Amino acid sequence: MTLAVRDLAVQFGGVAALGGVSFEVRPGTITSVIGPNGAGKTTAFNAITGYLRPARGEVTWDGAPLTGLRPSAIARRGVVRTFQKTSVFPSLSVADNVAIGLHLRGTAGFLDVLLGRRRIRDEERHLAADAEAIIAFVGLVHRRREIASALPYGEQRLVELAVALAATPRLLLLDEPGAGMTSGEKDVVIELIRNIRGRGITVLLVEHDMRMVMGISDTVIVLNHGRVIAEGAPAAIQADPDVIRAYLGTSSDRS
Amino acid sequence: MIRLANGLGALLALTLPFWLANPYFLHVVIMAGIFGVLALSLNLLLGYTGQLSLGHAGFFGIGAYTSALLTLRLEWSFWLALPCAVALTALAGWLIGRLALKLRGAYFVLVTISFAGVISLVSVNWMELTNGPLGLPGVPAPELGPWSLRAKSAYYYLVLAGVTLSYVVCARLVGSRIGRAFLALRENEPLAESVGVDVTHYLVLAAVVSAGMAGLAGSLYAHYTRFVSPEVFLFTYTVTMVVMVVAGGKGTLAGPLVGALLFTALPEALRLATSWQWQMLAYGVLLVLLVFFLPRGIVPALAAWRERRAP
Repeated sequence: MTLAVRDLAVQFGGVAALGGVSFEVRPGTITSVIGPNGAGKTTAFNAITGYLRPARGEVTWDGAPLTGLRPSAIARRGVVRTFQKTSVFPSLSVADNVAIGLHLRGTAGFLDVLLGRRRIRDEERHLAADAEAIIAFVGLVHRRREIASALPYGEQRLVELAVALAATPRLLLLDEPGAGMTSGEKDVVIELIRNIRGRGITVLLVEHDMRMVMGISDTVIVLNHGRVIAEGAPAAIQADPDVIRAYLGTSSDRS
Repeated sequence: MIRLANGLGALLALTLPFWLANPYFLHVVIMAGIFGVLALSLNLLLGYTGQLSLGHAGFFGIGAYTSALLTLRLEWSFWLALPCAVALTALAGWLIGRLALKLRGAYFVLVTISFAGVISLVSVNWMELTNGPLGLPGVPAPELGPWSLRAKSAYYYLVLAGVTLSYVVCARLVGSRIGRAFLALRENEPLAESVGVDVTHYLVLAAVVSAGMAGLAGSLYAHYTRFVSPEVFLFTYTVTMVVMVVAGGKGTLAGPLVGALLFTALPEALRLATSWQWQMLAYGVLLVLLVFFLPRGIVPALAAWRERRAP
C-alpha cells in the first residue's frame, strides 16, 4: 500500500506553487514533509487529496491513480486528510462530528432508511459503538456531548483527528496537527500519531515543529520553492547542508 | 412526560374533527397541515443542508397543476394523480439540484428563485394546458371507494396522513447517515468530502425529497380548494414557508410544524382581533419580536428552557 507522487506540479496563475515533486510514502511509516513557509507543502496535500487539480504529474495509491478523483472518492480508497486550519462540524457535538466521520462505514441507502429496516437500526448501534471507541482513543470521552466549536483549540484539533480516523484511513495525511498547541498538547498528539501508526495506518505529516518531526518521523522530505531538496532519515536531514541553507535563508546564489 | 405529551397530541390530532365542529376552524387546521408539509419540505434543505430554496412555491405549484390536470383532463383517479405529482416535482427537484450542483449560498437562492419565476410564467402563458390566469376550476375531490373526501372533516384525515408521512420521512432521514451527510454539507463541506461524503450527491438527494414533498402539498392543496391558478406560484407562499421554518426552528423536526400551525392561525386570529389596516402591521411586529427574542426559533428555545429547568 504505497503512495507514489510523480512529477506533481500545481500552477496558481503564472506561479508554480509546486514544480514537479516526486516522492513515495512507504506503508506503515510516518513520513513528514517539511519546508519553509510557501514551500508547497499544503499545496501538495491538496493536490494529493483531490482539493486541487494538478497541472501535471500523477499520484497513485496502491498502484491505482488518484489524480482526477473527487476528495470523497479518494477518501473511499482509504486516503484521508486533515486541514491546516481547524476544521470541525462546528455546531454539532463531538459525538455527532465523529458519527459523520463514520459515513463510509455505514451502508444504509435511501430506501433502507425510508423503510426503517431492522438491519439499519443494528448498523446505527454498531456505528455508535465505533464512535465511542474513537472518541476514547483520542481522549475526549468527557467532551462527547459538547458542541465542537465550544471546545478549547487543542481539543478541537483532537476532534478533527477523531473525525479523520472515523473514516477508516489506511493513509492519513495530517496538515500541521500540532500548530498552535501548547507543548503539553503536542506531546499528546505525538503519542496519538505513534498509536495511529501502531494500528497499521500510514501517516504523512506536514509540520513546522522540528521537535515533533524529528521525534516521530521515519522519513523526512524537505520541500523548498515547490521542489524536493532532500529526503531521508531525520538525523541525515538535520545534517544536510541544502536543508540548513533553505531554513537559514543563505542561498548560494547570493554569494 | 414527553411520551405522554406525544400521546395526547396524537389523540388530539386523531379526534380533532369530532370536537372542532366549526368548519372555519377546521379549514384553518387543514391549511396549517398543508403548510406543515411545505415547511417540513423546506426545512430539509434550509435546516439540514443549509441551502435556502426560494423556489419552493414552484414545486408546490407543479404538484398542484400536475394533480389538477391529470384528474381534470385525463380523468385519472386522485390516488394515481397524487404519486405522479410527487414524482414530477421530485424530478424538477433533481433538475434544480443538478443545475445548482456547484452553487451555494446566494447563487443557489438565485437559481431557485429563477426556477419558480420561469414555472410561474409558463403557467400564465401556456393557455392550452393551464388555462392561463383563469386557472383550472372544478378539480375533483378525492374519492375513497364509495365515499367522497369532499367534506372538511374527511379531508382533514387525508392531510393528517400527508403530514404524518412527510414527518416520518424527515425523521427517518435525519436519524440516519443520510441526514448526517446533509448536516455535514451545512456545517463544513470540505471536511465532509475529506471523510468520503459525496456532498453533491446528498445535495441532489435532499432537493429531490424536498421537492417531492412540496409536490405532495401542492396536490393536497389542489384537491382541497378544488381550484388551481397561477397564484399557487406566488412568492408570498415561499416567504410564508421560510417564516414558518425559521420561527419554528430550522434544523429541528418539530419546528416546521409548530411554525406552520402558528403562522397559519396567526393571520386568522389577527383578522378576528383587529381591522385590516392593523393586521399586517401586527403580523410584522410579532415576527420581528419572535426573531429578536427567539433567534433560533420556538422549538430550540423550548428545548433549551426544558434543559435549564431539569439539568
